Amino acid sequence: MSFLVDSVIMFTSQVLFFGFGWLFFMRRLFKDYEVRQYIVQVVFSVTFAFSCTMFELIIFEILGVLSSTSRYFHWKVNLYVILLVLIFVVPFYIGYFVVSNIRLLQRQKLLFACVVWFTFMYFFWKLGDPFPILSPKHGILSIEQLISRVGVIGVTLMALLSGFGAVNCPYTYMSYFLRNVTDSDILALERRLLQTMDMIVSKKKRIAMTRRMMYQRGDDQNKQTGFWGVIKSVTSSPPGSENLSLIQQEVDALEELSRQLFLETVDLHATKERIEYSKTFQGKYFNFLGYFFSIYCVWKTFMATINIVFDRVGKTDPVTRGIEITVNYLGIQFDVKFWSQHISFILVGIIIITSIRGLLITLTKFFYAISSSKSSNVIVLVLAQIMGMYFVSSVLLMRMSMPLEYRTIVTEVLGELQFSFYHRWFDVIFLVSALSSILFLYLAHKQAPEKHMTL
Amino acid sequence: MASLDRVKVLVLGDSGVGKSSLVHLLCQNQVLGNPSWTVGCSVDVRVHDYKEGTPEEKTYYIELWDVGGTVGSGSSVKSTRAVFYNSVNGIILVHDLTNKKSSQNLYRWSLEALNKDSSPTGVIVTNGDYDREQFADNQIPLLVIGTKLDQIPENKRSDVLTRTAFLAEDFNAEEINLDCTTPRYLAAGSSNAVKLSRFFDKVIEKRYFTRDGSQMPGFSERKRYGAGNSKSLHYD
Repeated sequence: MSFLVDSVIMFTSQVLFFGFGWLFFMRRLFKDYEVRQYIVQVVFSVTFAFSCTMFELIIFEILGVLSSTSRYFHWKVNLYVILLVLIFVVPFYIGYFVVSNIRLLQRQKLLFACVVWFTFMYFFWKLGDPFPILSPKHGILSIEQLISRVGVIGVTLMALLSGFGAVNCPYTYMSYFLRNVTDSDILALERRLLQTMDMIVSKKKRIAMTRRMMYQRGDDQNKQTGFWGVIKSVTSSPPGSENLSLIQQEVDALEELSRQLFLETVDLHATKERIEYSKTFQGKYFNFLGYFFSIYCVWKTFMATINIVFDRVGKTDPVTRGIEITVNYLGIQFDVKFWSQHISFILVGIIIITSIRGLLITLTKFFYAISSSKSSNVIVLVLAQIMGMYFVSSVLLMRMSMPLEYRTIVTEVLGELQFSFYHRWFDVIFLVSALSSILFLYLAHKQAPEKHMTL
Repeated sequence: MASLDRVKVLVLGDSGVGKSSLVHLLCQNQVLGNPSWTVGCSVDVRVHDYKEGTPEEKTYYIELWDVGGTVGSGSSVKSTRAVFYNSVNGIILVHDLTNKKSSQNLYRWSLEALNKDSSPTGVIVTNGDYDREQFADNQIPLLVIGTKLDQIPENKRSDVLTRTAFLAEDFNAEEINLDCTTPRYLAAGSSNAVKLSRFFDKVIEKRYFTRDGSQMPGFSERKRYGAGNSKSLHYD
């Protein structure tokens, strides 16, 4: 009886998550495009719904809501569905839509989509070889095989995003890094842009006029029939044509220049807006946060290095350690069980919410930057794939942040994975990503004022 | 050669509707082989015979400024784009017949361009809502072009064309529906070519002939274009 009630609760929450994913898709992601293939929207919302259900189950685990057998059952069901979607459904549709865009393969869409899917499965399977993620007692078709590979991809993604975010966040928030841009700089650059456009226009006028004269002369020439007319038209080339290709080359170079000037102007406008924003109250608040974040990021990078160098993986989670410290060193006595449950609930909740929000915002920005009306379907499905893998591996990694009694459910459901490997892998990729982001941002920052100074 | 007079016409529309293909077709009479992203603005020039076939025939350059981007871009991109909207003599609004959103976005595009134009009757708008009065007051000739006509199946065509007719009416403009990969839609003598030619003539007239204060040629012809004409003698 209680199982039925629990199932109803789970189902309702899944429907809610599905609705939220649907709305997000329509209002934010696809607001400039028309949804023609509804299957894309459905697949995206389903992935989102099942990922969120996993997080919900963790929260229920901590709070002790619903009976533990039904929780376990729903975990298993959820996991199977999500793996099914991430490994079978989404890649197949990605292959299908990519193939639909290519004109040559229109005839045998399904066939080629299956071919693409098999290639994907092959590489997916091969992914497990270089990593020590499995112990030999697992069978070939067990769920651990699939989860371990999904976990590797997801953890890599998480670490890359976290590394970049850890460096980019203080860079964006702090106004120390803002270059000084005045209105006259912007005006000078705009004037240069318009001058370049005028030069392009005048050259194109010459091309157009020359072409027109050639066309009109060509009409006269075409009237000459007969043997001599043909010889004449072959030997005498119109005088304008050699000039044309020269002018066209100049036009191409100028157009490239105009594109660069345009992008620089956009950059200057953006910087000016940021400067103005930093003078407001909100801007100052974020600037302050930026300093805190930079300290946090430095600490995280430091911890990652320590973990790698000293080859250790954190044994206890932050909540228990924090409580230990307060009880042992500060001598404050309180009900450990009660507080550890609530604090870990809050901590895990914050982690979940910020990671979902951060991921959705990043995905949206990415989508706006690279999508076009042809490829929007493919890109959304790729984003759904990334999102699913990201969420699955966050569950994996979150295990470390939870006290021992809540970890068991994750260990039980996901099987005997080498969890310590994933943490090590996360640290390595995080470090690599953070360092390369620092390098990248440093180069970009250095390059910009030099270009600015040549104006 | 370069001493011919010129007019500037903007080509606006969402990303991917086919503005670059259209401009290429109009200026080079050829289909664009490999369309790619337009970054910033790309210009092309068309040589147009004003009042072709009459004694007052004169050749003008028509500059077609194809401005790339989406209407929902960040404000830094919008501020940069505004640089191209100065002293515009005509606007061609391009939308994709297979994508309704691109038609709806045309209202926002036209507001963006018209509000940035340095005309003294520029209306200050705080939101992007459509206001019919602004378009009635508008001095700049508009033309609405729908692309990708070949991708609409035959049975849906009449619905789509009804919708676009309403759209063109809202803008107080003529409309042309075509496919940029088939030059025959704009073949000489076809009704589309006539509409295009009339639009360019109107743009040239607004730019050059009202300044002189001389009698507007072909007055009876212009009555068809709507109520805005009685105000066009007043041009700053």
